[in-house]
Amino acid sequence: MSATSAATPPQERTTAAAGRPGDPHRRGSTLLRHLAVVVVAGLLLLGVSYVVEPFRNFQLATVAAYLCATAGLTVLTGLNGQLSLGHGALMATGAYTVAFCQNAFYDRGVTGGSLLLVSLAAAIVATVAVGAVVGVAAARLRGPYLAGVTLAVAVVVPALTVTFDGVFNGEQGLSVPVEPPPLALGAYFPYERWQLWIAGAATLLTLLLLANLVRSRYGRTFRAVRDDEVAARLAGIHVARTQVLAFVVSAATAGLGGALLAVLAQSVSPGAFGLTLSLFLLMAVVIGGLGRLAGAFWGAVLLVALPDLSHSVTEQLTLSAAAAQRLEGNLPLAIFGITLVVVMLVAPGGVQGLLSRLGRALLARLRAGRS
Amino acid sequence: MDRFVFLTLDGLSRGAVYAAFALALVLIWRAARVVNFAQGAMAVAAAYVAYSVATATGSYWLGFVVALVGGLLLGALVDRAVMRHVDHTSPLNPVIVALGLVLLIQAVLGMVYGSEFRPAEAPFSRGAFTVGGLAVLSPYDLFVFGAVTVVVCALAWIFARTAVGLRMRAAAFAPEVSRLLGVNVGGMLTLGWALASGVGALAAMLVIPTELGLHPHAMDLVFVSSFTAAVVGGLDSPPGAVVGGLIVGLLLSYVSGYAGSDLTPLAVLVLLLAVLLVRPGGLFAPVAARRV
Repeated sequence: MSATSAATPPQERTTAAAGRPGDPHRRGSTLLRHLAVVVVAGLLLLGVSYVVEPFRNFQLATVAAYLCATAGLTVLTGLNGQLSLGHGALMATGAYTVAFCQNAFYDRGVTGGSLLLVSLAAAIVATVAVGAVVGVAAARLRGPYLAGVTLAVAVVVPALTVTFDGVFNGEQGLSVPVEPPPLALGAYFPYERWQLWIAGAATLLTLLLLANLVRSRYGRTFRAVRDDEVAARLAGIHVARTQVLAFVVSAATAGLGGALLAVLAQSVSPGAFGLTLSLFLLMAVVIGGLGRLAGAFWGAVLLVALPDLSHSVTEQLTLSAAAAQRLEGNLPLAIFGITLVVVMLVAPGGVQGLLSRLGRALLARLRAGRS
Repeated sequence: MDRFVFLTLDGLSRGAVYAAFALALVLIWRAARVVNFAQGAMAVAAAYVAYSVATATGSYWLGFVVALVGGLLLGALVDRAVMRHVDHTSPLNPVIVALGLVLLIQAVLGMVYGSEFRPAEAPFSRGAFTVGGLAVLSPYDLFVFGAVTVVVCALAWIFARTAVGLRMRAAAFAPEVSRLLGVNVGGMLTLGWALASGVGALAAMLVIPTELGLHPHAMDLVFVSSFTAAVVGGLDSPPGAVVGGLIVGLLLSYVSGYAGSDLTPLAVLVLLLAVLLVRPGGLFAPVAARRV
């Protein structure tokens, strides 16, 4: 019972549910394959950052920041079966840590391009600490109890920023001073492109690590614990330790995501990290397809695209200013809520589940046509 | 000492509301093994309907009745239209769907009513009587106690003494056997949802005038407190929910009275964690194998 190392995980009956069907047939190094995907994605992103206008760059950077958090959440909820409604609070932890660090550096007059890395690392460390505390509690809880506790965390943590407003500056929040892009890139280098580079690089790195984690022994123990705790324990997996580990990993990515959001917005305030954000993250993960990193990507895209879309919809309608404001603020919420309920009832695999089903059907038809 | 007495009475009055709301959670948990995370949003929706009716007709009591009826109908609707079709094999699914409903309901309320606080009137004065120079309960507190007591007694009577209550308990306890014996299990489930949602609506009507006012998110913290109350009492036990509600109400009252009202959310979180880690089955749970 001592460690996960002794584990021969229960049969991989879970692979189909966890995505990547037909995996045993693939050969070659998982790491190299993932690296190749990441490099291609990185080059693509680099190209895109030069083509599209600054505002789109900023939006893509925001997608990247959300993707950090949703990817971690999908590993926790989809692969380890722990439902967390508190990831908005974890993102807030990362965001406020980055704000503190950056402000501390600037107050002392320390400048330099690599300081942001230090701040981001500090954000991850702080969130890991918080995540470990919540995770240890979470490992003892199941189902609705876990949801209830994490919900309480999501409601309470933003309120704390107002309680201790001497430190967190209350509702107003803190500003996050960020260095301009290095001069080596040229004097007229658009700031938004720089933001996309930062967020994109951090997120691709996170995704690479997560993808390898999911395919590793640890990923298999995550799934084994999700599917049957007793069987997992009999196979020698330390259930509680696995759950805490999953929570900590997921917290770290959420912290990084929150930190990136703070860097992008150059400010943090509790309003941005309320219960709604936590729910949004969960919705995004579920709608994208629970337990799939690709699904986390669709979810992150939705998180950025929906408010934008509802903005353009409300602009089309001729409404009074107040009504338009109400509609614009709430339309994405309503769409998210309805989509979530419908997805859960009709297509529990989410967007990515539909896509891979479609892909498989096309492949089968192609093969049938050839033979 | 005066302050202690005042805080205790205030806490009991607050706790009565949490007790009612926790009771609603326990009702659904017992009937369907689902913690209804949408309960707060559903209750706020009922309260908004009451607000509309009350402003249109000028009668608080008409609004009050409409809220209760609306709560009953909304509960039945949620069960029939959504919850019944959810795949219950994973306990995550109903929770996720309920959260989707939270988003949807809050968004619709925000679209219709906007997201500013609206003052909610109380039917009775909230100024406290003084007895011998000591501020004690207000007429409104007495109304809260009365309403909650009536509801608790009515529910106890329904479940313990009536044929419908017996069928509801049977349907929850052994659905297959009940179905074979001719009980309309689906109908009983819907009735359970309706009752719970009605009780939740009552709790919202009682608590909102004592807080900042009507707002789509008005019940978020109340939900967390009441969930804590239900967990303190053990999710399976209706008397536990009532006692748990009173305990949470007292705790919050003392914390906000002696340490500052900003700290109440933190106190709720600490209590919830403490209970779940020390006695996960709640104070009233029989000794059992791991439940949580």
